[in-house]
Amino acid sequence: MTAMPKARRLDVSAYIACFYGVVWREVLRFLHQRERFLAALVRPLVWLFVFAAGFRQVLGVSIIPPYETYVLYEVFVTPGLVGMVLLFNAMQTSLSMVHDRETGTMRTLLVSPFPRSFLLVSKLLGGVAVALLQVYAFLLIAYFWEIEPPLIGYVTVLPALVLSGLMLGALALFMSSVIRQLENFAGVMNFVIFPMFFASSALYPLWRIKESSPLLYEICRLNPFTHAVELIRFALYAKVAPAPLVIVAGFTAFFLAAAIYAYNPSKGLIGRRGAPRNGGA
Amino acid sequence: MALSEGQETSIAHPSALEVRRVSHRFGAKTVLDEVSLDVPQGAFVVLLGPNGAGKSTLFALITRLYDNVSGEIRILGHDVRRHPMAALQQLGVVFQSRSLDGDLSVMQNLTYHAALHGFGRREGRRLSEAVLAMVGLVDRARDKVRTLSGGQARRVEIARALLHDPSLLLLDEATVGLDIASRESVISIVRGLARERQVGVLWATHLVDEVDPNDQLVVLHRGRVRYSGPALDLVAGVKADSLRTAFMHVTELDQPDA
Repeated sequence: MTAMPKARRLDVSAYIACFYGVVWREVLRFLHQRERFLAALVRPLVWLFVFAAGFRQVLGVSIIPPYETYVLYEVFVTPGLVGMVLLFNAMQTSLSMVHDRETGTMRTLLVSPFPRSFLLVSKLLGGVAVALLQVYAFLLIAYFWEIEPPLIGYVTVLPALVLSGLMLGALALFMSSVIRQLENFAGVMNFVIFPMFFASSALYPLWRIKESSPLLYEICRLNPFTHAVELIRFALYAKVAPAPLVIVAGFTAFFLAAAIYAYNPSKGLIGRRGAPRNGGA
Repeated sequence: MALSEGQETSIAHPSALEVRRVSHRFGAKTVLDEVSLDVPQGAFVVLLGPNGAGKSTLFALITRLYDNVSGEIRILGHDVRRHPMAALQQLGVVFQSRSLDGDLSVMQNLTYHAALHGFGRREGRRLSEAVLAMVGLVDRARDKVRTLSGGQARRVEIARALLHDPSLLLLDEATVGLDIASRESVISIVRGLARERQVGVLWATHLVDEVDPNDQLVVLHRGRVRYSGPALDLVAGVKADSLRTAFMHVTELDQPDA
């Protein structure tokens, strides 16, 4: 059966072309959606300008690594807000993947001859590329708000952003494939984004949380988002946080495998949820 | 193309599409019941059936959105479940729902598709220009898709489906939402392509008017193949005066048990 006519071998360069094409399309599409860019930017900025400014008086942050001096609350909260940008974007990307799976856009992707796992990871990384644009735009504005990490930090944070973004994208894709209620954004806000964001080290250092509630502290430590935020926090100051790195990498691998299984309409859980919804059966 | 059970397709010259005894169910509902059909290379086959007949489910199985659990689907001899990479390389699809990015240009949409088949930028551009010429839209390459008319967008989708030079082209209700003139133009383009490029075409529709008397026809109704053969023979076989009444005849046979 291998000697069929016209079969073209898909070599490494073909995989690269495919990956590049998928990521580039996501970026192109995003650049055409000005409102989405604006919304993605305004959200963390409101937190930074309004929430953090007000909170500054309430919450003092002592010297904890990676910071070497006392830092303003705005400085502390910035990696958390970067995490929030990744989180929102991951949710949007994955929701649209689930939403479009029966319509043309995702099906166009899925009839590509490349392995589905490769296509889905490429698509998720396309979403991460879009998130990177948002994050760097946010960090640029924050720089003029006197959040000035070392310049090298803008480079060293990149791998942390990619890894965290992929973890959150895979987690989002897995959850929205399995749980039907998460198909609308309100459900996602209430049941995923808010709990993950608030029960983490994004807004307050973990030792503070421990003082007020040991239980909440444990919950925060189980939250993958906490470790993503810590990874980003250290990387932004050109430091490696070993434990968060291992944890985030492990979660990424696990969520990716789960997401690919759950999402793949021919194998996973999504196919069992019922017939196509668009038009005739 | 109406195939009898056990008819062997030669390996040297396999059909563009071979569907053998494929059944599919969603929960307790049987959507496809032992469906078999055959699209030889270069043939134009109409899959005719009312809405809900199972056409889209059959397409979902051929495109591997779902795995077929029973039966066999082969594209140019490659089993879609066992050798999806080889099978999908030979497949071009025009989906029922629109699937171009309106914000991107025609060329950007096409090079994206080329990338999905592993073609780099330069090669993708070259292939895109070639297929745009085929559907007569070279001059619109730089325009955003949202500025195209419905018929033009469909032609771009057809061009896209043929970009990687497949042996089988599937079209799922490709003329939905088009005015009569663009409908005719889309059909005649696809018929021409089937002839010139030796692409096997499976054209799914619920509109009897889209069937030419000389077409090969497969009538699908309630998940079962009711007729398979030349369109003319269907009319003659049931002694109907037109294809429309013949179609009504074969699809209404089981109305009483509805």
